[in-house]
Amino acid sequence: METLERILIEHHFFQGMQDEYLKLLAGCASNVRFDAGQFVLREGEEAHQFYLIRHGKVALEVFAPERGSITIQTLGEGEVLGWSWLVPPYRWRFDARAIELTRAIALDGKCLREKSEKDCCLGYELLKRFSQVMVEHLQATRFQLLNVYDAH
Amino acid sequence: MSMTPTEVQTTGITPHPMLPHPYRVQRVRRETSDTFTLELEPQTGSRELTFAPGQFNMLYAFGAGEVPISISGDPARPAVLVHTTREVGAVTRAMRKLKPSDSLGVRGPFGTGWPVTAARGADVVIVAGGIGLAPLRPALYQILAEREHYGKVALLYGTRTPADILFRRELQQWHSRFDLEVHVTVDRAMGNWRGNVGVVTSLVARAPFDPQSTLAMVCGPEIMMRFTVQELEQRGVALENIYLSMERNMKCAVGWCGHCQFGPTFICKDGPVFRYDRIQALLAIREV
Amino acid sequence: MVLERESLGTLFEALVRQGYKILGPTLHEGAIVYDELTSTSDLPAGWTDEQDGGTYRVKRRNDGALFGYVVGPHSWKKFLFPPVLRLWQAERRGNGFQIEAEQHESTKMAFFGVRSCELHALAIQDKVFANGTYVDPLYKGRRDRVFVVAVNCGQAGGTCFCVSMNTGPRVSSGFDLALTEVLEDGHHYFVVEAGTEAGLQVLAELPHRPAEEGEKEAAEKVVARATAQMGRRMDTTGIKELLYSNYEHPRWDNVAGRCLTCANCTMVCPTCFCSTVEDVTDLKGEHAERWRKWDSCFTTDFSYIHGGSVRSTPKARYRQWMTHKLATWIDQFGSSGCVGCGRCITWCPVGIDITEEVRAIRGTDVSGRSGKESSHGNTREDSD
Repeated sequence: METLERILIEHHFFQGMQDEYLKLLAGCASNVRFDAGQFVLREGEEAHQFYLIRHGKVALEVFAPERGSITIQTLGEGEVLGWSWLVPPYRWRFDARAIELTRAIALDGKCLREKSEKDCCLGYELLKRFSQVMVEHLQATRFQLLNVYDAH
Repeated sequence: MSMTPTEVQTTGITPHPMLPHPYRVQRVRRETSDTFTLELEPQTGSRELTFAPGQFNMLYAFGAGEVPISISGDPARPAVLVHTTREVGAVTRAMRKLKPSDSLGVRGPFGTGWPVTAARGADVVIVAGGIGLAPLRPALYQILAEREHYGKVALLYGTRTPADILFRRELQQWHSRFDLEVHVTVDRAMGNWRGNVGVVTSLVARAPFDPQSTLAMVCGPEIMMRFTVQELEQRGVALENIYLSMERNMKCAVGWCGHCQFGPTFICKDGPVFRYDRIQALLAIREV
Repeated sequence: MVLERESLGTLFEALVRQGYKILGPTLHEGAIVYDELTSTSDLPAGWTDEQDGGTYRVKRRNDGALFGYVVGPHSWKKFLFPPVLRLWQAERRGNGFQIEAEQHESTKMAFFGVRSCELHALAIQDKVFANGTYVDPLYKGRRDRVFVVAVNCGQAGGTCFCVSMNTGPRVSSGFDLALTEVLEDGHHYFVVEAGTEAGLQVLAELPHRPAEEGEKEAAEKVVARATAQMGRRMDTTGIKELLYSNYEHPRWDNVAGRCLTCANCTMVCPTCFCSTVEDVTDLKGEHAERWRKWDSCFTTDFSYIHGGSVRSTPKARYRQWMTHKLATWIDQFGSSGCVGCGRCITWCPVGIDITEEVRAIRGTDVSGRSGKESSHGNTREDSD
């Protein structure tokens, strides 16, 4: 627990958060590990967790029957995976699969959701950070949509 | 808004600037499905062309026409003149069909080059999108040839899919060096790709360079360059330390035809390499 | 010096003797154009022109003035920078090819009747083609051998504004000989000034005499009359900053609603220099040629790249032309690109007036960066 708390304190994603919230988060955290090829989460499943990737690489994928699985983004060390736990209907929108051995910290999103209902400040601190993640993903997705490398 | 050229080199100019010099094709190398590399040598009457990284030549395919193409080879080895281009029209199509010992017309070199010498003593981050890697490769060659003059050097390269990755073998060689960081990403991939997937701008946040003392060289589609500058700026790189390579319609490359004007600049002589802060206002105006 | 009207022919003869082809104004199909002249009777004696936005008419004068008009649809650029020009030819040889450059033309040209605005235009095109890093040998070869007989304007045209642009009406430099035509009390003569050694030499061969005080005064009056008659005015104060800071001015949309992008203005403008290159081949693919042709930034393909044009809208193209002519030209070549000849106003089919467009932008310039107090809605009286 102590080690986890230190990791969270040092992680840039939680920079500026109050100590009591960091303790709380550490209480909802656990170390997880995924072997290469293992799914971290599946499209359609309930989303109750999010992950801080400490080591390794995870691919966000979509499976198309006639094309196979298409990777739309990869996330690596230091990045945050998953925001569907924050937004109804709390279901994953993509598959996420470890491409190589990946170690991460999993945080209990469901628990944090419930606590945020009671403590709005906690909710705001989390939303502040996750909205940033969503904006970056949105910007990147829009960039991808432009197909800038296509021949005209 | 007056421009001063960065790192210009001019050699090989003949009495009439619109006359091509004949060069012989040594080799045509297919890079990807729509991109190929020409390796040329001068024929009798033409001499070896020395150039600065970032400069371009006008290449003439007999009877088909002439197009501006960046030089993509090693400036320290002028005996072979290298050009990498996409096949996008009649002229480049004709070029792709050339065989060894066929002739091609060459005029140049033209334009301003990357600030390779000015970057000495600093970290260097090179960001390439798609075919943009080709005009940047000579800069990387020159930096690696004088590696001791630079701090951290990083190459960030993004393209559409893994099949579109240029200079694959070379990238792998560079990737295995201890004094160079190479990060490659693609916009999308099939499930068997184990590399990064995501836009090239996403590589900027994690690249190893000191924003206070970094020179960035960026080349690719204009949107990609603008977005990359946003990321670099967010990381604290000063706008006067970021350089882009611009592109416009060109017919003469010597400042006479007027086609390549971009505000008060002529891309053929004030560019194609520009310091970002000097063209920042122009990039924000639509259809200029 | 004074040269009598009857003796003007001797100037022609002297030039012909020296091997010059004489080019100058002549009446042709209802316009005064520049073409080859064989004698002084080719000059449009007794004609004048009436010009306004989108309007050009020649009219008979009630005297026999030889230069009683201003400028027509042609400019001298067509002789130095021909509308169509072959640059080189090439033949296939095995799997290579051999290129043959075009030979320089050997004919010397005498430009007869060059106005002050046109002298400035010549100097401006010299900067583009002969004074930059790259010199066009075909241009320079012709240019270096041109003999210029300039004429001081005796009247200004309806669209003239050389006074605003500081390019006339009096010629200042760049001529071999300058004539001021005087018709006074039945006396028709030219006050002549030599501007170069070559000019002096030619003058020496002609029957001339020193000008009397009265004649010099008469010549001054002629120029003063032109100065006072300017049909248009343009305030050029801070014009570069004005246009640089008004790329999004609503006036551009306004003019775009009128502009047909017909490119007339660029064809008649004496300083426009844009061109395109055409590489052609014969049917067998054995023989190739490269041709240079006049081009215009108003065409849709002018800025074509990667499947589209950078300036696809008429608004962007008009803005490019005007901003280049009056603003970016200054940063590129050290002077304005406009000499105030008024041709673009006269030959625009819808009468777009560059001086009016500047006035409109200046009048509602809200950027505050042009160095003038912005006056919303007021049109300014331009200073000369």
